[in-house]
Amino acid sequence: MDFISILSIFVLACFVGYYVVWQVTPALHTPLMAVTNAISSVIIVGALIAAAAAGQEGAKWLGLLGVVLASINIFGGFAVTARMLAMYKKKERR
Amino acid sequence: MHHAATPPAWVMLAYLVAGVCFIMALRGLSSPQSSQSGNRFGMAGMTLAVVTTLIHYMPIADTENPFAMPDVGMIALILAAIAIGAVIGIVTARRIAMTAMPQLVAAFHSLVGLAAVLVAAAAYLNPEAFGIAGADGIINPVSRVEMGLGSAIGAITFSGSVIAFLKLNGNMSGKPIMLPMRHVINLGTLAAIVALTAYFTQDQSPWVFWTLTALAFLIGFLLIIPIGGADMPVVVSMLNSYSGWAAAAMGFTLQNSAMIITGALVGSSGAILSYIMCRAMNRSFISVIAGGFGGDAAASGEAGAAIDRPWKRGSAEDAAFLMSQAEQVIIVPGYGMAVAQAQHALREMGDLLKAEGVSVKYAIHPVAGRMPGHMNVLLAEANVPYDEVFELEDINSEFARTDVAFVIGANDVTNPAAKTDRSSPIYGMPVLDVEKAKTVLFIKRSMGGVGYAGVDNELFYRDNTMMLLADAKKMVEEIVKSLGSGGH
Repeated sequence: MDFISILSIFVLACFVGYYVVWQVTPALHTPLMAVTNAISSVIIVGALIAAAAAGQEGAKWLGLLGVVLASINIFGGFAVTARMLAMYKKKERR
Repeated sequence: MHHAATPPAWVMLAYLVAGVCFIMALRGLSSPQSSQSGNRFGMAGMTLAVVTTLIHYMPIADTENPFAMPDVGMIALILAAIAIGAVIGIVTARRIAMTAMPQLVAAFHSLVGLAAVLVAAAAYLNPEAFGIAGADGIINPVSRVEMGLGSAIGAITFSGSVIAFLKLNGNMSGKPIMLPMRHVINLGTLAAIVALTAYFTQDQSPWVFWTLTALAFLIGFLLIIPIGGADMPVVVSMLNSYSGWAAAAMGFTLQNSAMIITGALVGSSGAILSYIMCRAMNRSFISVIAGGFGGDAAASGEAGAAIDRPWKRGSAEDAAFLMSQAEQVIIVPGYGMAVAQAQHALREMGDLLKAEGVSVKYAIHPVAGRMPGHMNVLLAEANVPYDEVFELEDINSEFARTDVAFVIGANDVTNPAAKTDRSSPIYGMPVLDVEKAKTVLFIKRSMGGVGYAGVDNELFYRDNTMMLLADAKKMVEEIVKSLGSGGH
């Protein structure tokens, strides 16, 4: 992909992010932070590529450490978000 | 093994679908009903991204032979790394107390930041693996900028979040730490980072990359230490934003749409939350970042004189009686409720009042607590239905029609001086109009302390205010006891 295509994806995604995030109800701002934490750990893709690539030993180990850190975040982030969201309940109608 | 710059179409499509799943994850948070399915979209997107990467970038035992078997040892090592992370992550997520959520989020941010630095460093050491270098090992200048930015933003996110974590967790004082000449030092360090990133396009020597990264670690630390505990909602949101931009920068390096989309989403999300928090404190983002707010020295002679003013003290029985006779009670929780862990007792009090036919509502100021939405999560944890919990602009007009406003652990967000006193440091900040209620019950440990802004609260001395001096949780428990005994 050339730089301009990538930049286009980025700019459009910023706009999507802007409109989607303003729609988030303030009551869920803490889960929003927890889930954005989890998804930003998609950086694990880079760590996996570095760990799997042949050649440079140092890069492999940095990659593996990156995989551990990003995994903590992915599993921890989604789990804690799920735990919080499960607590939000509506009033029982009588 | 040399990967072409562009992976096959199915890989690109998979990353795109993952990116769309992440958009759906945030979209789900527009209401509590759709939020759980949103979270599942997020998990599905992440699984797709990870599995696609594992398959496409499978480690090969013999790189010279195109028909070689996968490197089983390396695959095992990678899966073990994921498993270790999974165990640590899930155990932490299960055990963490809801009151400690701000610290946990700060800790998670630091991990994303460090992971970004590690990926940038790995890409620097082995650029061929990422398809960003020519046969001679020269990295594309554009990739160098992206890599430099990714590493720098990641490093700032890491060290900044570590300081935020230590302050939120109480390992470090929440008071701002002011270095002499800090503005000069900070701006100088930032300028050096920008200059080195530019120079990196001309010279890819190791010293440039590592100095750049080291300076970024330093600036993250310097930026956060002068910021006081009460400004943490802004800081946590800002670091949230940075962790997104770091992921986006690495997405440019890897030409990976999932990373770019996610980075843009998270970056905007954090930026919007920072904006909402700043607006709720009527402070500019620059003044928060410049730091120093919420020191001890803020309360001057004026506040000293104010302590002699008359005020009324009430007991738990008085409070129980007043509230049980009321038609409507609005509860205003703040950080003090979180510290005292009073949310469960508070919900019990609400239940007893509702049983007596009192209408009970909760009013949340955007900056109550130490992170956006902190109070909402604590009330949800205590089983308070979310449709009894209202944001400032939705409930503020109701105080005038309310018999009792019950303030627990909040202070500055109720201070009427924000509306009337131009000389007050919090002048102009949107506040909850609790003083318009017939009676204000205000729980506070003692009359001595002031709120985070270091200003005295005019509300304490009003005729319709009754101070309940005690630990928040103990006071609420006593009120519950008094309500339960039904002696009125």
